[in-house]
Amino acid sequence: MTTKNKPHLFSYDLSVKRKTEGVIKWLFRIATYIVILAAGYLFANIIYNGSKAVFNVRAPFINIDFLTQKPQTLHVYEPKLIYAELKKINAQQVALRSELKGLSLMDDIGVASIKSKLKTLEQKYEELDAERKEGRLLFSDTEYRKLDQTPFSEEYTYSNYAYSGGGIGPAIIGTCLLVFGSIAIALTLGILCAIYLSEYSRPGRVLRIIRLSVLNLSGVPSIVFGLFGFGMFVLFFGWGVSMIAGWFTLAIMALPVVITASEESMRAIPKGFREGSLALGASKWTSIRTNVIPYALPGILTSSIMGIARVAGETAPIMFTAAFALRDQLPWEGLNEWTDFFFQGVMALPYHIYVVSSKIPQNEYTRDMQYGAAFVFLFIVGFFALSSIVLRARVRKKYKW
Amino acid sequence: MVTKTNSSLKECTPIIEVSELDFAYGSTQALFNVSMDIYEKQVTAFIGPSGCGKSTFLRCFNRMNDLIEVAHTKGGNIKINGVDINKPDVDVIELRKHVGMVFQKSNPFPKSIYDNIAYGLRIQGIKKKEILDQVVEECLRSAALWDEVKDRLQESALGMSGGQQQRLCIARALAVKPRILLMDEPCSALDPVATAKVEELIHELKKNYTIVIVTHNMQQAARVSDRTAFFYLGKLIEYDATDTIFMNPNNEQTEAYVSGRFG
Repeated sequence: MTTKNKPHLFSYDLSVKRKTEGVIKWLFRIATYIVILAAGYLFANIIYNGSKAVFNVRAPFINIDFLTQKPQTLHVYEPKLIYAELKKINAQQVALRSELKGLSLMDDIGVASIKSKLKTLEQKYEELDAERKEGRLLFSDTEYRKLDQTPFSEEYTYSNYAYSGGGIGPAIIGTCLLVFGSIAIALTLGILCAIYLSEYSRPGRVLRIIRLSVLNLSGVPSIVFGLFGFGMFVLFFGWGVSMIAGWFTLAIMALPVVITASEESMRAIPKGFREGSLALGASKWTSIRTNVIPYALPGILTSSIMGIARVAGETAPIMFTAAFALRDQLPWEGLNEWTDFFFQGVMALPYHIYVVSSKIPQNEYTRDMQYGAAFVFLFIVGFFALSSIVLRARVRKKYKW
Repeated sequence: MVTKTNSSLKECTPIIEVSELDFAYGSTQALFNVSMDIYEKQVTAFIGPSGCGKSTFLRCFNRMNDLIEVAHTKGGNIKINGVDINKPDVDVIELRKHVGMVFQKSNPFPKSIYDNIAYGLRIQGIKKKEILDQVVEECLRSAALWDEVKDRLQESALGMSGGQQQRLCIARALAVKPRILLMDEPCSALDPVATAKVEELIHELKKNYTIVIVTHNMQQAARVSDRTAFFYLGKLIEYDATDTIFMNPNNEQTEAYVSGRFG
């Protein structure tokens, strides 16, 4: 602690102050590791479980049916013998377990014998289950209808599960349409609004209040936006549950991000650019068009698209406004007029995940669907984020300053 | 106002006439009752300590102060070529084409050198390549920059040195063919060599343009200007031929300032 204990002038000073410094550093470090772990677990989980549905062991390695077909009922035929055997084992297991519960804790021998029995049963169950999985026949709805003859009922037991077969094709298409539409609306509205706020409006109390309310808009829960969209677009405007209602609901939800990001990017442009062009006889709009927007655009695009991609993942706003749990037709099929395109509901991945994981009975077949949809959705959001980054790099290369 | 006209400056005609100008930012008055005439094809320098209102005054000439919300003229008027520029029927865009400006911090646009100069014409809708080429060369030559940059016109203007950037800004201002050029401390961020080049350029430009320059550097005012105005606390203290201001000022404050005793 004092200089006289130190072997030399620059040796470590093990004072309390130094130690706290070390502790604080580790605190930050651990917090960061927790975040990384959580994110890593999330991604690994979705990718590991989802890849079962999305990828194939055989060429072309991607399960094209899953990506293109609509969700269907899965028809399952399982070998009857194995099925019966499994049922029997299950009953035995249940009986043993209840017996185990009835035993007193002192009865060591009894507990041990039951536990060993349970273990052997479990092993047997697993073996038979593997056999069952090999022996079972799975048909999606379309395949099932094409069958000339269903498997013999003497050999197979039959069961069917909703939403467990087919794929998520319409949901992928619907999500992409929703994202593109809401990006277009949110960018247009948001950038126009941001230009007005940052370039034209008079600074003062009113502007501060407007800014604050725009910021607060981003704190509104998504379900509230969903209800607002339902009341405003679906009911009041009479658009019904439709893509266009979903676009506007999502766009309004993304507006705070777009406006804030755009305003910030525009305010970061040096005053000299504006003054320079105004002094050359440019009108206000010319000056903004030629010397503010081009240089602010990279920042605007990146933050906005990221923000919208995040919003597009929300289930609540589209739940009442745009999403159908199941729709047989793709958006461009069966249109009487081209305007009908906008006034139809679509399937969407987030809503599909919600439906599959909470609205139908769970079984071993729905799991793959859930994770598969989540995986694809993760991929789509990643794609949008990546494209916004690429876009920024490109625009920035063109307008470097 | 003291006007002791030097014999060599006699025949000049005033191009900017300011009479009794009062200018304020909100409730803070920045200029008090300033009256002066600025003469055609001369260099007029404004000197004075920081915050004395000389930049504000300069920015009144092309109404750059319009950009500041609270700034407003309280009284008096500025006439350029006989027209009161604060009248509502004055198009500020036309005014600014007539009265060019070079800023303290060089502000080339992040475009190529060529595009920087062509900007002023392009926003007027002139797109013909021959005209643009010709104007770009002309302006770069007048700004004594042509020989240095003629081989890299398409490169970014931000790759130029500070002095070159400032001269590029001058060239850019010339492209819209102004008659008056306002310079707001154009050399404050430049090294002595670049400063010398800009000063040389000012000397050349004087033949065709009326130049008003704000400077902190009294030697610079003495070197480049024909007339000098000394401002202090928003008031015009003395305005006269440069030689008189520096050699034989009438006012005590002017004398103290130019000899370096305050400010």
